[in-house]
Amino acid sequence: MTQLALVIDLNTCVGCHACVTSCKEWNTSGTAGPMVDRNPYAAEPTGTFFNRVQSFEVGSFPNTQTVHFPKSCLHCEDPPCVPVCPTGASYKRPEDGVVLVDYDKCIGCEYCSWACPYGAREIDEQQKVMKKCTLCVDRIYDQSLPEQERKPVCVLSCPTSARIYGDIHDPESEASKAINDAGGYQLMPEWGTEPANHYLPRRKVKITVHQEDLQRADNPLRKEDRGPRAPSTRTTLDDSTSW
Amino acid sequence: MKPALSVIFLTTLIGAGQGLYLAYYSAEWFVMLNILPAAQVDYSGYAAGLSFLLLLTGLLASFFHLGHPERAWRAAAMWRTSWLSREVIALPAAMLLILVYALLKMSGNDCLVFMLGENIPISIATLAGFGAVLAVCALFVCTAMIYACLKFLRQWHSPLTVFNFILMGCASGFTLATAISTFARDGRFDYFSGMAVFLTLSALIFRYASLSRNKRLRGPPTLQSAIGVHHPNIRQLSQGAMGGSFNTRAFIHTYGVSVLRLARRGFLLMGFIVPVILLQFSAEASVLFFAIAFASQYLGLLAERWYFFIEAEHPQNVYYQMIS
Repeated sequence: MTQLALVIDLNTCVGCHACVTSCKEWNTSGTAGPMVDRNPYAAEPTGTFFNRVQSFEVGSFPNTQTVHFPKSCLHCEDPPCVPVCPTGASYKRPEDGVVLVDYDKCIGCEYCSWACPYGAREIDEQQKVMKKCTLCVDRIYDQSLPEQERKPVCVLSCPTSARIYGDIHDPESEASKAINDAGGYQLMPEWGTEPANHYLPRRKVKITVHQEDLQRADNPLRKEDRGPRAPSTRTTLDDSTSW
Repeated sequence: MKPALSVIFLTTLIGAGQGLYLAYYSAEWFVMLNILPAAQVDYSGYAAGLSFLLLLTGLLASFFHLGHPERAWRAAAMWRTSWLSREVIALPAAMLLILVYALLKMSGNDCLVFMLGENIPISIATLAGFGAVLAVCALFVCTAMIYACLKFLRQWHSPLTVFNFILMGCASGFTLATAISTFARDGRFDYFSGMAVFLTLSALIFRYASLSRNKRLRGPPTLQSAIGVHHPNIRQLSQGAMGGSFNTRAFIHTYGVSVLRLARRGFLLMGFIVPVILLQFSAEASVLFFAIAFASQYLGLLAERWYFFIEAEHPQNVYYQMIS
């Protein structure tokens, strides 16, 4: 069974908020929109977002690292928000595992947001319905888009390719390989919600370069021994004239 | 959690209404079984009518909680999985049956269906009333399970929540029944006031148990598990929004410790201690004492429900350590 998800690489995320703004741009003008703002250009701006980037400082000064942490709906495999919904507006699609809200059925009771331990759902203050990440469900199947663009817009916009999209139940997918190869993990695994979205941990990327690596000492085709042609020792015109 | 005002009114009003109905309907059975003397004027119809009004007010209050009250009818759809949906079915069912019971009792157009044994007449009102008892019990469980079933809200996820909702609802209903009985002089005072004291004290014990349970709960999820970075020293630099978000508005309260202590002591005093003291007056005392007992208990239970929300710590708050 397919389970579409995002794999977010905390090692490469630079916290630029491109995923946040592109998510807002795509979804506010798409089927999930509008995502209403309050005081957008004044003090205390606030509004509906499906994706937010938080920043954390890990360690104690001066040995600290800044971890940027993009946070959106994790499309849990056992989503606690779905069974509590009284109207059936919240549902998990069996065909691809995306958790969605039917905005025409939602009564805005906020009960699902009480049930979600990650705080992934937000009520839209103007439309009065619960909204959340749709995994760009109105993009990923759009036949009018070129195939390489049929991805969530946050994935496309990420300048450092920190977001990988794919079917985590398919062991050959890029997302599954990233989880397996780079130690992908789930958030709050102790709750048993089985989040589909995974995060890749920070990794040490320092490498030591040895002189032999540069010299290609054991390469029979090496060219290091053959230096440039030695300069001529004969007298040239320049030696006998002066301008 | 931020307290949801309409939900506080919903749960306390329907609790009192359900308790009042159970008080008068159970008294009717005790009269039929010759345990209580028959009243000259039977007030059970009016009491059930008042119970219906309390449930109706609670239902109206609940609409203010919804973003789209016009779609509320949809909420009956998912009764297989959602306790909220089950409540949406149980509440109108209880209201309807209580209304039928009240109308039959008040109009006097009740008719006998069959005799149970030698001398217990079972009328249509008795049958409708019995259905209402089942609906009321179901409603108590549904209302409480809405909160108790949320396993991530550890303060609510306990059988104590269900006991508390049932006991507090019944206690306030029996206190109200005592006040009505003092006014009506229908000979049910001793039963109602005795039960009211018993239920209020039981509710106090169970609420105290839940307070002490919540004091010793294992901690919320750690930031380490929340973001998956296993370092003992993590500090949040930014929460991803400048003017707050739904997450900070809906789940994080800003009341200080002293306000919470005041609320806790206030609801223990007003909701439990004061009513028990006032219920010690005899049946000859003024109805005012018992009206004050109910008013105090109801206000206390409002404060209790408010505190119930404040007490619950949403696990998502771990992502909002600071606002910048």
